[in-house]
Amino acid sequence: MRPRGERRPPWLLVVPGAIGALFLALPLAGLLSAAPWGHLGELLARPASLAALRLSLVTATAATAFSFVVGVPLAWLLARAPFRGRGLVRALVTLPLVLPPVVGGVALLLAFGRRGLVGQYLFEWTGLSLPFTTAGVIVAETFVAMPFLVVTVEGALRSMDRRLEDAAATLGASRLLVLRRVTLPAIAPSLVAGAVLTWARALGEFGATITFAGNFPGRTQTMPLAVYVALETDLDGAIALSLVLLVVSVTVLVLLRDRWLGGGATA
Amino acid sequence: MSGLSAHVVAERGGFRLDVGVEAAPGQVLGILGPNGAGKSTLLRVLSGLTPLSGGRLELDGRVLDDPTADVFVPPERRPVGVVFQDYLLFPHLSVLENVAFSPRARGVPKQEARRRAAEWLDRLGVADLAGRRPTALSGGQAQRVALARALAGEPGVVLLDEPLAALDAGTRLAVRTDLRRHLVGFGGPALLVTHDPLEALVLADHLLVLDGGRAVQRGTPAEIARRPATEYVARLVGLNLYRGTARDGAITVDGGGLLHAADVHTSGPVFVALRPAAVALHASRPEGSPRNVWEGRVTGLELFGDRVRVQVAGAPPVLADVTPGAVAELGLAADHPVWVSAKASELEVYPAS
Repeated sequence: MRPRGERRPPWLLVVPGAIGALFLALPLAGLLSAAPWGHLGELLARPASLAALRLSLVTATAATAFSFVVGVPLAWLLARAPFRGRGLVRALVTLPLVLPPVVGGVALLLAFGRRGLVGQYLFEWTGLSLPFTTAGVIVAETFVAMPFLVVTVEGALRSMDRRLEDAAATLGASRLLVLRRVTLPAIAPSLVAGAVLTWARALGEFGATITFAGNFPGRTQTMPLAVYVALETDLDGAIALSLVLLVVSVTVLVLLRDRWLGGGATA
Repeated sequence: MSGLSAHVVAERGGFRLDVGVEAAPGQVLGILGPNGAGKSTLLRVLSGLTPLSGGRLELDGRVLDDPTADVFVPPERRPVGVVFQDYLLFPHLSVLENVAFSPRARGVPKQEARRRAAEWLDRLGVADLAGRRPTALSGGQAQRVALARALAGEPGVVLLDEPLAALDAGTRLAVRTDLRRHLVGFGGPALLVTHDPLEALVLADHLLVLDGGRAVQRGTPAEIARRPATEYVARLVGLNLYRGTARDGAITVDGGGLLHAADVHTSGPVFVALRPAAVALHASRPEGSPRNVWEGRVTGLELFGDRVRVQVAGAPPVLADVTPGAVAELGLAADHPVWVSAKASELEVYPAS
């Protein structure tokens, strides 16, 4: 029931709006309707599926951890330490968000490939080569996903009450201690949100991974790659893996609902 | 020498603060001034959050900031405790951990820091709040915890930024009395920024009035309340204040008007202070003794306790406190013409520097 006095929205907006919502909802409905619910467990328990699942979890988690270790300090520098070229660095950090992932993959090859800018020395000195290895998957995922963490954390650092940091300094805390005992706890929700976003993005990474790390089952074939390959030969298997990724996405959405949907209680 | 001794020069976006500050151990120095006078900048400079651009800052004989000698001790290594305006307690730490923060940051082991924190909470009468989160505190409780946190670092000087501004009127009274006791007990110099004259009168032994980044008056609260040198302080303490030139017992007021005072021994630029309660209003020109009589026009009426504060435009303009009965009797209303009188002995005349 519409409260008295509240006016009906105009049809000219309702119709295209409804079409838009349906357009987004229908593919999901298609996926759910075609799902082989009866033997879903059996499909996911196949060694190939399990290997992709395990690889995806391991690499996405490693990429998130690596992003955390270097991304949080980077966010702090961008938010707190005025330096020359800060605008440029910020633009670079944001670039992977809009860059086509496959271009990111090519760029990674040219930097870390066996003949790449850095990769040639890496190979020469240590015999290590990143492309087409599990480590390469982690590198590709980090490249694409880390900006989510940096942008989220930098935003939180900028909007927090910096006077708390001033207070901590007058109480004798060095800058590192301020960061550890005041700043990071104050932005903890954003750290969690940034990490979840990064992890979800890393889990879904396709373009940069297949370009830089290839598609070797058990070594570099993550879930999205496995879905793509299975689509040709084993539709049910592809759908089953897709459902897993869908569940992860919905979970992320639920975890972050307060941030994005403006408070779950009122929504 | 012991205590705080500073010549503070700081520039911030076109604003320049240039003021000397001296405070002896055990002294509570009140910093009074309107918004934008430089009070907050002064506290930031003393605590090291903003570096000096000129001058020199010394505490108990140790130089903390001196741009010409390239000395700058960062805030975390200064023995300066600060009670911030909104207290800024760390929301994710318990009250006990908030107070233990400073000892821990200065290298005291965790258990010992907690023991000291508990001691400070006890001394400030809030030991029972140790386990609470700052969000679960009332304003008065938060103020005490913030003071405990600042003192727990055993600072050589403590700075308080509008420590009672966040409290409601009822709590303020109780906390104010208490605060005075703790500041005196602290032992080192204490600096208290405020815009509340009552707070300054009750808490400070010495006042520094800031305006536009400069010191415009220094003295005891009683002196400054009786003989203000700025319109700002005069308004705060509710006095009429005129600037003029004295000659042969008569004062020519700068904006127009002539006043007579008893016992004027100075000549040259002077201030004249006049209590609104010492000003009388009349329907027609008064007969008899008052030496100061002039005509004006009512521009405002405001109830002030059991008195009515009447704003009168004239040469000079004046505030007069009269009874509601007098207002009715004289039929005072806006734009109403009125005669003003004040006894010469009620005028406080003192040199303007």
